[in-house]
Amino acid sequence: MIRHGHGITCDVHIYEKIKQMKLKKSLAISETGFVFDPSTGDSYTVNPIGLEIIQLLKVGKNLKSITKIMTQTYDVDHNTFERYYYDFLGMLKQMQLVTLDD
Amino acid sequence: MNKKPFERPVIKKVTAGMPSKFGLQVHHEPITEIDGVPVQSLLDQFGSPLFIYSEKTIRNTYKEAYRAFSSRYPNVLFSWSYKTNYLNAICNTFHQEGSWAEVVSGFEYKKALANGVKGDQIIFNGPQKTRNDLLLAVKNESLIHIDHFDELYELIEISKESDFKPKVAIRINMDIGIYPAWDRFGFNYENGEAWDALNRIMHCKTLELTGLHTHIGTYIMSAEPYKVAATKMSDLALGLARKYNHHILYIDMGGGFASKNTLKGGYYPGTDTTPSFDDYAEAIVSVLMKAEFQPDHLPLLILETGRALIDDAGYLAGTVVANKRLADGQRASILDAGVNLLFTSFWYDHDIRPAKPMSDQTEETAIFFLFFMNIDVIRKNTIFPLLKKGDPFVIQRVGAYNNTQWMQFITMRPNVVLIDMNSDVHVIRKEETVDTMNQLEATPEHLKVF
Repeated sequence: MIRHGHGITCDVHIYEKIKQMKLKKSLAISETGFVFDPSTGDSYTVNPIGLEIIQLLKVGKNLKSITKIMTQTYDVDHNTFERYYYDFLGMLKQMQLVTLDD
Repeated sequence: MNKKPFERPVIKKVTAGMPSKFGLQVHHEPITEIDGVPVQSLLDQFGSPLFIYSEKTIRNTYKEAYRAFSSRYPNVLFSWSYKTNYLNAICNTFHQEGSWAEVVSGFEYKKALANGVKGDQIIFNGPQKTRNDLLLAVKNESLIHIDHFDELYELIEISKESDFKPKVAIRINMDIGIYPAWDRFGFNYENGEAWDALNRIMHCKTLELTGLHTHIGTYIMSAEPYKVAATKMSDLALGLARKYNHHILYIDMGGGFASKNTLKGGYYPGTDTTPSFDDYAEAIVSVLMKAEFQPDHLPLLILETGRALIDDAGYLAGTVVANKRLADGQRASILDAGVNLLFTSFWYDHDIRPAKPMSDQTEETAIFFLFFMNIDVIRKNTIFPLLKKGDPFVIQRVGAYNNTQWMQFITMRPNVVLIDMNSDVHVIRKEETVDTMNQLEATPEHLKVF
C-alpha cells in the first residue's frame, strides 16, 4: 500500500500502472471534444473537463501538475479531483486510448 | 477569483449508424425547488433522504379529477383509497376536499375513524374483514362491500344477531377485454355468480343492498375497459330495478386510473400515454347517462382512484452516496434511497432528476441503493447527468404506494414533510430512530447478558 501526498491510500499495483500510462500518440483530438483513434477507426466524445485532461496528458503533464492546474481553475479539492481523474483514466484504459508501452 | 464549477470528466464512444436506444439526447431539467422551497434546504433541514408532498398539487389534482366527472354527471363522489397513501395528513387533505374513505382492512378502517371520518362515510373493501371488523362496520353503518360468499353468510349471521341492518354492496369482477383479467375481487359477472349473490341478498330481509362495486384492475392505460365495466354494472343495477323494484343508491367504479409514471418496458413515457381524467370520465359517464336509469333513480357515481390523485404530489429527494464503475465499465451511482423506500421502482422507470443545475453531459448509468443486492436497482440503465458524491437528486411522482409499502431494511424510514399552500413545511411523519424499532422488541431476561 502507498500513501499519496493528498492522503489517499490506494493499491500500488493499479495506481502505479495508471500513472505510467500515456495517451496514444496517434490520437486526433479536436478542440470541440471529439477524439479519433486511427488505429481502430473509433470516435469518442468528451466533456469539456475530460477534454482539458486529455490535452494536458497529450503534452505529457503528470498527475501532480494536472491536479494543480485543475484545482486552480475549477471548484474542486485535490482528493475529489484525484478520485475522478483515476476513474477517467480507467475509462481511457478500457477504451484502449492509453498505453503502457507507448 | 471565482472558480468554474467542476463536473466529473467523462468520455463516450460514438457509435455511428447505430441510434442510441434512448433516442434523442435527453435534457434532465433539474428540480431545484418544490412549491417555491429549495430542495437542498429541505435536505439540510430534515435530512436525506426525504419524502416531500405538495399540498397544492394534491388539491389541484383532486379538483381536476372532480371537475372531469362532475361536469358530466350530476352525482359524483370520490372516496380516498387509504392503501395508496394512509399518511393522516394526506388522507385529511382529501377528506377536506370532500372525499370519503375507502379502506381494505381493519387497520385502515380504524385509521379512517381516528382521522375523524364518519362511519357512514367509510367504504369497506377487501377480502379479509374479521368478525370484529364487520361488527364495528355494521354498528357504524359503513358501506360494506362483500367480496365472497363466506363473507356474505357471515354478514347474514351477524345481521340476524344485531339490531343494525348492514348496508352492503357486492364486489363484481368481469371480462372487460384486457389481459390479464382481474377475477380475484368479488363475484364474477359472466358466470352468473354476481347475479346469484344479489338475489341472495335481496331475499335476506336483514341486509340492505345499497350499491354495486367493481375494481377492474390497476394502472389501466386505456379508458375503453371502463365503458365495458360501466355497461355491465348498469345491466345489473337495471336488472335489480326490474326484478325487485329495488333501486341501488350507488355504482362504485373503483380505481385503477393510471398515473403519469412510465411502466418498465414502456416504449413511450407515461406523460404521453396516460389517459386524462376527462378520458376516463367520458368513458364511464357516457355509458351511465345512456343506460335506462329513471332520472330520479340515477345512482351516485363513486370513484376510488388513488394512484392518479396522489402520485404527482409526492417526491423523494436524496443524495448521491458514491459513484463507481461496474466490471464492464458501466457507471453506477449509489443513492441513499432505494427500493426500500421506493417500492414502485419494481414496476416503474422512475424519473430521477438532479436537484441543482447540471450541464447537458450525461452517461449511461445504473442506479442502485446501498444494499447493492440484485433486486436493489432503481434504474438498470439510464441516461443520467454526471452527479458527484454529495449531489442532491429528486425522484418525482412517488406519492402512490411508497409510504404504505416501504420497508424498514438496514436503514430506517426517513422524515416525510408536507409543503402547505403557503409554502410552509410541516413534518407529517417523523423519521424512525433505533429507539422506534427497539421499543417494539422484548429481549428475554436470560438473553440480556453475554
